[in-house]
Amino acid sequence: MVDAHLAVVRASLRAQLTYRVSFAMLVVASAGATSMDFAVVATIFTHLPRLEGWTLSQIALMYGIAGIGFGVTDLAVGSLDSLPAYVKQGTFDAFLIRPLGTLYQVVTSEVALRRVGKIAQGAGILVFALLHLHIAWTLPRAGMLLMSLVTGPLIFGSVWVIVMSHVFWTVDTGEVANAFTYGGSFLASYPINIFGTWLRDLLAFVVPMAFVAYYPTIFILGRPDPLGLPGFVPLLTPVLAVLLPWLAGGVWKQGVRHYRGTGS
Amino acid sequence: MRAYWELAVIGFKRYATYRGATLAGVFTNTVFGFMLAYIEIALFKGRGEVAGYDVRQAVTYVWVTQGLLMTVYIWNWVEIALRVRTGDIASDFQRPIDFQSYWLAQDLGRAVYHSIFRGIPPALLGGLVFGLELPSHPVTWIWFAVSVFLAVVVSFGLRFLTNMVPFWIADYRGVLSVTSFLWPFLAGLYGIPLVFLPPAFYRVVSVLPFAAMGQAPLSIFLQKPGTWTTLLLQAFWAVAVLAAGRLVLRAAERKLVVQGG
Repeated sequence: MVDAHLAVVRASLRAQLTYRVSFAMLVVASAGATSMDFAVVATIFTHLPRLEGWTLSQIALMYGIAGIGFGVTDLAVGSLDSLPAYVKQGTFDAFLIRPLGTLYQVVTSEVALRRVGKIAQGAGILVFALLHLHIAWTLPRAGMLLMSLVTGPLIFGSVWVIVMSHVFWTVDTGEVANAFTYGGSFLASYPINIFGTWLRDLLAFVVPMAFVAYYPTIFILGRPDPLGLPGFVPLLTPVLAVLLPWLAGGVWKQGVRHYRGTGS
Repeated sequence: MRAYWELAVIGFKRYATYRGATLAGVFTNTVFGFMLAYIEIALFKGRGEVAGYDVRQAVTYVWVTQGLLMTVYIWNWVEIALRVRTGDIASDFQRPIDFQSYWLAQDLGRAVYHSIFRGIPPALLGGLVFGLELPSHPVTWIWFAVSVFLAVVVSFGLRFLTNMVPFWIADYRGVLSVTSFLWPFLAGLYGIPLVFLPPAFYRVVSVLPFAAMGQAPLSIFLQKPGTWTTLLLQAFWAVAVLAAGRLVLRAAERKLVVQGG
């Protein structure tokens, strides 16, 4: 069954590569869309040397980690964006009758290869940052950088699953998830100390976007946290990267249990 | 004329059906509005003005553009492209009504809906929390309305052009995906005023049709000098992109091959 399913996924990947010029444009656009966000950051820095104490290269480091995290997440679970449509039209039924995990089937329903553009763009910014920052590398710092490239997608992906799952209950409000997924990615690319208190508390700690890139960056740069939280906080990153997927799996299961088709 | 009015009403009603989507969209625009407003405030810390804007004007720019985004509707409009792909377009051409005006009328109806229900709520919320700079002259509101109308027409004209792409290229998504990030950036709808760009770059970008969809109505709202120039330039682009659309449409009509029986 898994073999048969993988054959379908492979066929879909081949199909995406059929129109080569169009595919190339989609990859460029995928990188370009996030580049515009960075262009905004770069524009801000044409007017000042530091944004609330952060230099462009430092923000670029954070932006690169967040960008790769978002790109990998989008490639892996981006097709969750179609979940509201599946639930609304009742086509989610089809996933229930197959002997495979529903979450696995939804995330593989469309593996959009163009999203490698996003990952490449994030990697480009990260390289830019590493070339411009003179980081005093230690083993823990290098370890944190490598780890953040894994924990970022895990945290991000879990949040994505959790916020998308809410449509099992509400059916009609899929777009709310954008505020947390795309909004979260936007927030994760900026130093969170510039945001107002409640917004920061909500998106950085309740939805723990601060652990995607902000805390790893603080650790790598060896900076004290401008928010004044104790020094061990960045080390909570791997803990969250284990806890959140577990939580996301539970929420998804509850959601599926709550799902009722649309009738005949 | 009556037919176009009815079409506009249909365009309005189509979007009015999805109340949940409207609420969810307002929520998303508002969250982004808050983040961008805080970024502006951080940018202005320690300096009084940037490119002739003070912090209050920059925050106003953020909230008004969050409302304007859905009104001009740059993103993901592929209705005509889909009809070209499926071949339904052949029956559209047979209608006894002008093809471009048929879609423009519906889009204007849509824009009225979005300006009221997606445009005003985020701006209102932002105003309550941050305090916005509203136009001091009552007449500015009228020029702003005219400018938003022209912005919608320019946006429609550009979208009409990209929707013609599948007449020539089978997979239109590549082209549309490139325009969907370039246009909002060049329009100044990415959260920071277009005038904050390096001056040499801004001089070029400000006269392109894209600026007519974002920076132009905002300049008028913030009562920056040059209202007439701004409006005239917008009107020029509105006419130009609609005319270009007609030319491309004529070429497409000649190219159309109806298959099957």
